[in-house]
Amino acid sequence: MTQQILIAVLVLGVIGAFFAVVLYFVAQKFKVVEDPLIDEVAEVLPGANCGGCGKAGCRAFAEACVSQGNLDGLRCAPGGDAVAQKIAQLLGCAVEQGEPQVAVVRCHPANCGEKRRSNYDGLRSCAFQNTVYTGESGCPFGCLGCGDCVAACQFDAIHMDPETGTPVVDEAKCTACGACAKACPRRIIELRNKGKKDRRVYVSCVNKEKGAQAMKTCANACIGCGKCAKVCPMEAITVADNLSYIDYTKCIACRKCVVECPTHAIVDVNFPAPAKKPEAPKPAEAPAAPAAQAPVPEAPKAQPVAAEAQKAQ
Amino acid sequence: MKTFKMGGVHPEENKISNDAAIEVMPVPQQMVVLMNQHLGAPATPVVQKGDKVKVGQLIGEAQAFMCANVHSPVSGTVVKVDTCKDAFGLTKPAVYINVEGDEWMETIDRTPDIKRECTMEPKEIVAKLKEMGIVGLGGATFPAHIKYSIPEGKKAEYLIINAAECEPYLTSDYRVMMEHAEEVCIGVSILRKALGVPNAYIGIESNKPLAIQKMQETAKQFEGIVIEPLKVKYPQGAEKQLINAVTGRKVPSGKLPIDVGCVVSNLGTSFSVYEAIQKNKPLIENILTVTGKKLPSQHNYVVRIGTTYNDIIKHSIGELPATTGKVISGGTMMGKAVVNLDAPTVKGNSSVLVMDEAEARRNPETACIRCGKCMHACPMGLEPYLFSALVKNNRIEEAKEHNILDCIECGCCFFSCPANKPLTDEIRLGKNKVRAMMAAKK
Repeated sequence: MTQQILIAVLVLGVIGAFFAVVLYFVAQKFKVVEDPLIDEVAEVLPGANCGGCGKAGCRAFAEACVSQGNLDGLRCAPGGDAVAQKIAQLLGCAVEQGEPQVAVVRCHPANCGEKRRSNYDGLRSCAFQNTVYTGESGCPFGCLGCGDCVAACQFDAIHMDPETGTPVVDEAKCTACGACAKACPRRIIELRNKGKKDRRVYVSCVNKEKGAQAMKTCANACIGCGKCAKVCPMEAITVADNLSYIDYTKCIACRKCVVECPTHAIVDVNFPAPAKKPEAPKPAEAPAAPAAQAPVPEAPKAQPVAAEAQKAQ
Repeated sequence: MKTFKMGGVHPEENKISNDAAIEVMPVPQQMVVLMNQHLGAPATPVVQKGDKVKVGQLIGEAQAFMCANVHSPVSGTVVKVDTCKDAFGLTKPAVYINVEGDEWMETIDRTPDIKRECTMEPKEIVAKLKEMGIVGLGGATFPAHIKYSIPEGKKAEYLIINAAECEPYLTSDYRVMMEHAEEVCIGVSILRKALGVPNAYIGIESNKPLAIQKMQETAKQFEGIVIEPLKVKYPQGAEKQLINAVTGRKVPSGKLPIDVGCVVSNLGTSFSVYEAIQKNKPLIENILTVTGKKLPSQHNYVVRIGTTYNDIIKHSIGELPATTGKVISGGTMMGKAVVNLDAPTVKGNSSVLVMDEAEARRNPETACIRCGKCMHACPMGLEPYLFSALVKNNRIEEAKEHNILDCIECGCCFFSCPANKPLTDEIRLGKNKVRAMMAAKK
């Protein structure tokens, strides 16, 4: 009996030893040399694989960082500056502080929802609907409302407003990865700088039709009149193809254009609600002091801002 | 009886406007003529504000390769050269004309006599088709002069005329056969001459026995025209299916009919070819069915191209029934819903189909139960349920490998699906994605 056990143990032991040797040599032969740094960098990344950096996923981004040795031209939007700092530490390089951004939907939510000119009952996909016709609102540039952007978001940061049928960005969750902007077949969503105190001014329309025609489809359409460009002290506004665009790198959020716009296509977000009547818009930054009396005091992030609409090209 | 081998469905025929003789629709007061009425680039307007035009005068010239001339369907003064929203709300270049009288170009023969003899050489015929702006009237509006210029190294053996009219509701081709059989046969003979083929085959579905009889009698007087009665099955009128039904040949994936020696034209096209070659009349009129189960009357009209949908509805039935759900341009299977009834009609429009709300509504979608009905229905032998899943998961490469681009968008899969999945929509989306991917790779 003991002999039989002994034989079994011996045989299995010999086989085991043999394969251990084989595996050792095979492992040596086919060893993939990989920088352990890649793993470390990948560890730091959020791991959402959102693709916002333009790479196939977080691991691919880590590989790119390590092979490049610095962070030039590479930025993980969801991770933001904190992650960039950590990666820079690992790589031993300097990092530029990027301005935090947020996705902005440039289609006026106030006007969608009403005045549907048709009912779309086809495939619930903006990309498909865009190839079929102008969409329910009749605007050939406006939001189609099937929610391709919502499906693209990995961070649950964009939702359809059931009332207006246009998407609303949850600023607290938005990481500015740009997935929604890429998914939108009409390029309505744009990444814009968050701005000081999250205050932004932008043209909430991407309609390039001539003024009269644009007005027919939407009362809040940009008609390309150019009044905003004239009034802008920073020359941040350009009008091309019957459409005005505010360069967020130049805009100081003085809100002169907001007042001037005849169709109210230019909107401002996160500004304190006008107490009486906003006195003549101040030329520089949005008034800093009155912010305190604003209904949205600290931690405004918790409150989803009304829809953001914004433009892309 | 002949038919195509693979797939196909048989939707309810609903040819309720069969017995309505072709009437003439009066010319409206204002006319908007789109410059983009065909497959390819828009024509370039050659008239300016204030110009006087006559019926049949060239107003848009084909300057690109894939393009067709556009002629004025009315006489009057050009008000502006601008843009106009088409039936789907998309902005297209257009010429606006204020109608004054009805003065035709002197070159157009308006006598009712039928001219049989055609002395033109094949090349002259093709040049004339180009001049007259003839496009395929089966739906795709492919410029005829390109189709009939056979590329070098290829040889046409068959000319096949599609008179299957397999789409439900449409009856315009049927009426043309009943009322203009001789003209159609002359048109077919001209096309046969242009291609230099011995025989032309006219495929007619067997649900039109009177038309078959009429065409057979007329065709006896002509050399080389064969009438092919076909079994009723949709999409018999699709190019590749018709070739398969008539000749038994199969167009390989990614190839064109000419690669198997076939040229397919629509019956309406052959009628307009007759008018263009023998009567010198450009393509300025459509023959159009106005139909719908809930309409008080059914009609077939000859309409000047550019008449708006509203004008047609107003003249034919007064106003739309209150329960109207959709107005469709084309048949129920491949037609598109019209969003803007103020839009002008364009070349190739074959019907104004008014559907009731209940009839037009899509049923709610449920989950795929893998019954495989869509595969059996697909006339191209594709797997629609698979494309649906691949497109949803963005697996575009795989969709391409499974020949998604072969889909002819006939709608058989959606029609046959017991789960009401919008398969055709999904495949069309997939095709767009595949094309975008291929363009990006280039």
